[in-house]
Amino acid sequence: MTALPDLTLAAMASGLRAKAFSAAELAEAHIAAVEAARPLNAFIVETPDHARAAAAAADAALALGEAKPLSGIPLGIKDLFATEGVQTTAGSKILAGFVPQYESTVTARLFADGAGMLGKLNMDQFAMGSSNETSAFGEVVSPWRSAGSNRVLVPGGSSGGSSAAVAARLCPGATGTDTGGSIRQPAAFTGIAGIKPTYGRCSRWGVVAFASSLDQAGPMARDVTDCAILLQSMAGFDPKDATSLDVAVPDWAGGLTGDLRGVRVGVPKEYRLDGIDLEIAAMWDAGLAWLKDAGASVVDVSLPHTKFALPAYYIIAPAEASSNLARYDGVRYGLRVAPDGGTLDAMYEATRAAGFGPEVKRRIMIGTYVLSAGFYDAYYRQAQKVRTLIARDFEAAWERCDVLLTPTAPSAAFSPGDKADPLAMYLNDVFTVPSSLAGLPAMSVPAALTATGLPLGLQVIGRPLDEAGVLNAGFALERAAGFAGRPARWW
Amino acid sequence: MTDPTAPYTVRGATGDWEIVVGLEVHAQVTAKSKLFSGAAASFGAAPNTQVSLVDAAMPGMLPVLNGECVRQAVRTGLALDAEVHRVSRFDRKNYFYADLPQGYQISQLYHPIVGEGHLDIEPDGEPAKRVGIERLHLEQDAGKSVHDGHATMTYVDLNRSGCALMEIVSKPDLRSPAQAGAYVRSLRSLLRYVGSCDGNMEEGSMRADVNVSVRKPGDAFGTRTETKNVNSVRFIMAAVEAEARRQVDVIEAGGTIVQETRLFDPDRMTTRAMRSKEDAHDYRYFPDPDLLPVTLTEAFVAECAASLPELPGAKRTRYVDGFGLSPYDAAVLTAERETADWFEALLADLVRRTGKPGFDLAKPAANWVTSELFAALKRLGVGLDASPVTPTAAAELLALIDDKTLSGSLAKQVFEIMLDTGDGAAAIVDARGLRQTSDTGAIDAAVADVLAANPDKLAEYRSGKDKLFGFFVGQTMRAMGGKANPAVVNERIRAALAG
Repeated sequence: MTALPDLTLAAMASGLRAKAFSAAELAEAHIAAVEAARPLNAFIVETPDHARAAAAAADAALALGEAKPLSGIPLGIKDLFATEGVQTTAGSKILAGFVPQYESTVTARLFADGAGMLGKLNMDQFAMGSSNETSAFGEVVSPWRSAGSNRVLVPGGSSGGSSAAVAARLCPGATGTDTGGSIRQPAAFTGIAGIKPTYGRCSRWGVVAFASSLDQAGPMARDVTDCAILLQSMAGFDPKDATSLDVAVPDWAGGLTGDLRGVRVGVPKEYRLDGIDLEIAAMWDAGLAWLKDAGASVVDVSLPHTKFALPAYYIIAPAEASSNLARYDGVRYGLRVAPDGGTLDAMYEATRAAGFGPEVKRRIMIGTYVLSAGFYDAYYRQAQKVRTLIARDFEAAWERCDVLLTPTAPSAAFSPGDKADPLAMYLNDVFTVPSSLAGLPAMSVPAALTATGLPLGLQVIGRPLDEAGVLNAGFALERAAGFAGRPARWW
Repeated sequence: MTDPTAPYTVRGATGDWEIVVGLEVHAQVTAKSKLFSGAAASFGAAPNTQVSLVDAAMPGMLPVLNGECVRQAVRTGLALDAEVHRVSRFDRKNYFYADLPQGYQISQLYHPIVGEGHLDIEPDGEPAKRVGIERLHLEQDAGKSVHDGHATMTYVDLNRSGCALMEIVSKPDLRSPAQAGAYVRSLRSLLRYVGSCDGNMEEGSMRADVNVSVRKPGDAFGTRTETKNVNSVRFIMAAVEAEARRQVDVIEAGGTIVQETRLFDPDRMTTRAMRSKEDAHDYRYFPDPDLLPVTLTEAFVAECAASLPELPGAKRTRYVDGFGLSPYDAAVLTAERETADWFEALLADLVRRTGKPGFDLAKPAANWVTSELFAALKRLGVGLDASPVTPTAAAELLALIDDKTLSGSLAKQVFEIMLDTGDGAAAIVDARGLRQTSDTGAIDAAVADVLAANPDKLAEYRSGKDKLFGFFVGQTMRAMGGKANPAVVNERIRAALAG
């Protein structure tokens, strides 16, 4: 029999209903896997008791035939989600020891649907990073290694704890958040699936804010079906989030047919960068062929403002972050460093100097600068105009196609320290940022392995609120790709 | 000032200076909960007991706009005859302070909910004037830092954090302390009529930032200073006066006025510098990404307009034109909505009791309210809300005057008894026999007795000492125990003396 943690989430759910195993057994198998995988540093806090309590409730419900969609499914929760009674740090020392008295809407919905929590997943500090190197709790180590190498690889970021844990079979699914690619890029780096839904689909209430106009929660799991199941629970209108969309949540898992007849797939020419990695180009071509095989037609489209997306993103996101992170001031919660006899300003300076990591400080300073008197028009206002133009690019493309297919990231996973230059690191987001700026649903699906055995992902981008179309295209890719790669266990 | 038409000036060594004043009034919106959170927003609760997770800016918390605050801002804008913007939005004003949990205040810099309007004022000793309103916007209040609670620490009370404020910005149209005072009084009255702010300045529900500059008449505007958070009409007037005087003295001594933020010192009635423009914060305003633009439908604005009560200006006009009241009485009666409501309830009841039109009754009723009633309340040390006499009870009394059951002096006696006992006027009249009599037989008899008892006075009167007429009236009234109808007494005496 397959080890329980190797099952997909859907298989676990049906196994529980068929009484093939109990929720308690499922929980214990995962708790053991989490404990055994501590060298990955994927979890900041482990919460086995939470998983066990949810399992006990699930077994009771299953016995009565009253199972809920996620009854007995143990999940990993990114540490950006506030969890009642469980430390929530956003990967930063400034929130070390902070225990919320409230539950984020997304986790509350998952738990209400019967899921349990194995722990809080490590992440780039305040979700600022693409490699998990900025976490104040140590970097997450990818379960993947290049063939014949012991070199440590990054799991991507910022949802790197989530990607590592799902890829390493520590949990069948995890929550992630995506501001400029933080679900899709780590999913691609670790050979799993992940979807960032339309901005406003998932409530941001209780999610520690990085860049409010971009932040969006989404699921990460080993396949498209599991992503659909999780998103079903996570999404929905929340009156506590003014940017939440009051629209119906369709049955996404039920809509996965893989039949793409009549679907037009756009290929944005601006994404075919000079010097594109040949393996990635080959994967992209293969992906287009798979979609054609599934009945889709392929059209070339242009998104002419693509090259301005990254600069605009690295103005808008830091600007919002500089303001969002002002609340971490040592006054009410979290870290406080108060020099003897110092002023209030001295306390702010000492607290924030000690509490924030270098990447967070860099972005706060960039954000403060671009909002300053005299620079606002040149940077922030200009970036907002670019954002509008990028959204218009997509709107024009939707007249010619229904989804877009692109690579998720320009490379496979790299090693810590490889991208010491922040700009090199920022370039990792080049394919994911435009759809974030436009608020569009986009997902990464594992599609290929490199010659050295590392996973690569394809990105599907869809129209606003067309998660169904994105997931179905992803489902078709997944079936055609037959991706079976998984990290060999070395930990 | 002796000549009410002469403009107010500050006398300096180099001549007269004109002052230019603009006010930014912060009025706390009357609402059950705060601008962006469900926490209660009442005054006087124990520290940090009215604080939601949003108000404390806990990680991941989000603001959600309170529709009632929007409604009150729109109603206030309409009452100021101002342009209500169908689309407005919120911006973040970023700065660090211990009582500002988010590290930013959510305000409306770029697109306020209400644009230009105006307010009519009647300054003491100066002509009435129309003052321009620049804008009205919604914003969050900050919490309160308490510096004197501990030797080395500052306490922070977040009860007020996140409460809704309307910032109402006037144009620089005010030219004297009296105009500044009248503006605040008039605005306060309007807000209380609308019901959008309780106007309790002592509780901090209304406070003003006072912008003052001086110039020689006809010159361009001078450099202004802003005196923050002045919290009474008297202090606002004093701050204008003190700051104008200071600026004139500085300029005439060869100095220049620097644009700066100042504080008013109520003990010394002066202003002092708080921070200069160089130290001013760079607030890094930008649109709040947590909040969508506020879009108002025509139906919503129409509903807000329909919900407005008659406003003090319109009411005053109606009192003068419709009731024939003097502008002064009309102003006194309409200054507070409660007074006007009281007066109108009295008048309506009086109309019902007498069957006469309001126009005939309003003037004596107004006189009675502003003299008899106000004097009694003042003596008792209570407000109109605690008056021992209701409008209905007052109408009963005034109806007895109107139908000549009571004379003015009898009515005063009855009113005193009403205040003491709470009994109704008619019952008092019946029980104590205080009814006025117009019985000419009895009055003629009394007049005859008086004339017979005072032959010398009668002779003096007949020889031309007209003033003695009053003596005969007084004697007759006394003989009648004060209950005779004075008009009838006058008439009968005149007849007797002529006879």
